[in-house]
Amino acid sequence: MISSRFSKVISWAYLIALYGFIFLPVIVLVLFSFQDGRLPVPPFNGATLKWYGEVFADNRLMAALGNSLMVAIGSSLVACVLGFCAAYGLARFVLPASRLQRGILIAPMTVSYLIIALGLLSTFNWIGISLSLWTVGIGHVVINLPLCFAIIYASMGDHQKNIERAARDLGAKEWQVMTQVTAPMLMPSILAAFFLSVTFSWDEFIIAFLLSRFDVTLPVEIWSLLRSGLNPKTNAIGSVVFLFSIALLLVLELLVFRRTAKK
Amino acid sequence: MTAPVSIRNATKTFGEFTALNDVSLEIEAGEFIVLLGPSGCGKTTLLSLLGGFLSPTRGTIAINGRDMGDVSPSKRPTTTMFQDYALFPHMTLRDNVAFGLKMRKIGKTERHAKACELLDMVGLKASALKKPHELSGGQRQRVALARALAVEPDVLLLDEPLGALDLKLRRQMQDELKAIQKRVGTTFVHVTHDQEEAMAIADRIVVMNAGKIEDVGRPEDIYMRPKTLFAASFMGEVNFIPATLKGRDNGMAEIDSMLGSISLPETILANDALPDQGPMTLAIRPEHFRGVSTGAERMTLGSAKIADGAFFGTHYRAHLAPIAAPDMVITAHMPQSANIEPGTMVELSIDLASIIALPGHPQTPADPATQG
Repeated sequence: MISSRFSKVISWAYLIALYGFIFLPVIVLVLFSFQDGRLPVPPFNGATLKWYGEVFADNRLMAALGNSLMVAIGSSLVACVLGFCAAYGLARFVLPASRLQRGILIAPMTVSYLIIALGLLSTFNWIGISLSLWTVGIGHVVINLPLCFAIIYASMGDHQKNIERAARDLGAKEWQVMTQVTAPMLMPSILAAFFLSVTFSWDEFIIAFLLSRFDVTLPVEIWSLLRSGLNPKTNAIGSVVFLFSIALLLVLELLVFRRTAKK
Repeated sequence: MTAPVSIRNATKTFGEFTALNDVSLEIEAGEFIVLLGPSGCGKTTLLSLLGGFLSPTRGTIAINGRDMGDVSPSKRPTTTMFQDYALFPHMTLRDNVAFGLKMRKIGKTERHAKACELLDMVGLKASALKKPHELSGGQRQRVALARALAVEPDVLLLDEPLGALDLKLRRQMQDELKAIQKRVGTTFVHVTHDQEEAMAIADRIVVMNAGKIEDVGRPEDIYMRPKTLFAASFMGEVNFIPATLKGRDNGMAEIDSMLGSISLPETILANDALPDQGPMTLAIRPEHFRGVSTGAERMTLGSAKIADGAFFGTHYRAHLAPIAAPDMVITAHMPQSANIEPGTMVELSIDLASIIALPGHPQTPADPATQG
């Protein structure tokens, strides 16, 4: 009896410790973003929304937030389209060395972002492309394409092959099969790939830092804020970033996973 | 719309394997043709050649007199109804049925009207705005039929469309298919391995085996007067009695069978493949031993002893051991009133006209029921 109660206590303690380990930093970050004082460290002096006011009044931060959104959505769209086309080609047609091609497509997932960024940096230098948000976007396509490809490719089964055959039989051309039958049929996994790409691009730092120059994304801007020391304002913008990621996850859950579960 | 189909010397090989071996077949416009055979016999390959999903290694296929050599599936006057329905899961039934019309650039109002008309024909008008996953198997089948017919094909290809349905629903869908085919008049080419289904719906049955056509004809002809041993055994239970043709004389054929010598009128031997002399087989269906006197000329193949029997409702199914060849097992259907006590002697009496004469000897004199 006693030992069972004891093990219950242990398991609860373990659970709390586990979640505490994961979420305590986030809780501290959010809590001290409301700090009424100059330093985001204990003791907590009382709540204020002043720092959020400053964040939204800061033109550079707001510009960086806009840039981040643009890069995240743009690069994710491109990664999804390219990933879908690659998956369709490899799943539906007999191609030479298709196994190798699949491997090469997924390989960048195993390469560190730093290496990818350095490689892209020297490539851009070599062909004379100057750094901008475009180059950051290209970098994010490079890291997200394998992910999009893998997710979409995994959802392409043989059952859908017959459905595509039926569409062709009814007079659809290849592009019509892709846009009107295959893509809508795979929409849940395409959306999942898209939202995951957006979250990854949204808080990616190394590539964004190395491949941008004047216009920067939010993580890079936050980093330059941090250089001038801790400040509740950095906590506030961090909370905004966190909130956005949570919102994306919720959208993904409600839009994609709920819908597939219903089917 | 409807059109004749002409298949000439079609051969299809996959590497070493010959799926279809020099097949020729003429199909009339508006005919309901059933390709019947065991799996691997080439029936689905032939259907794919008609639909354009495969192209023949040799030979030609013409629909309405036009060679289909380099015409893609989407350009052919054919549509296919797939075994797994292959409905578009993200579209409503109406959009599913209207898809082919949309691809043909028919305006929205017109194609929706046409789709509703077809859904009405298959009894699903009220569900027009539902999605396929809300339907039962039989209903999905009907939608697939409506979708395939919406573009008014000349030829509808049906790839084992009833295979996934349970028996009762399958019988019901057979009747519906037949009725709809009569109504629209389109040429139907239907693939199945179920001989009962084939007999229930076909105008003509094409029995296939090992890439070749074994027999072609009306269901009653294929069942009563099959041309080959394979066709005879595939169409239903049958007794094969190995025999030798001794010669023909005065309109009568002298035959040495395992049950003794008999002479049969030449009319029974109306099979071009039969030689003047040599090995042959007498095939008799179990129900023809039922002693129903129709006034036709009857003959006897001697006596037999009942080995065992079981009651099947409409008849007794008994195994008999002929006195002339005690090792042989003959399956016979006997009247409900018969005495099937083992050891009882019965006369193997049959209508002369129900004897089927076939060339060759059966490879394995085994139970034909295992050949389904």
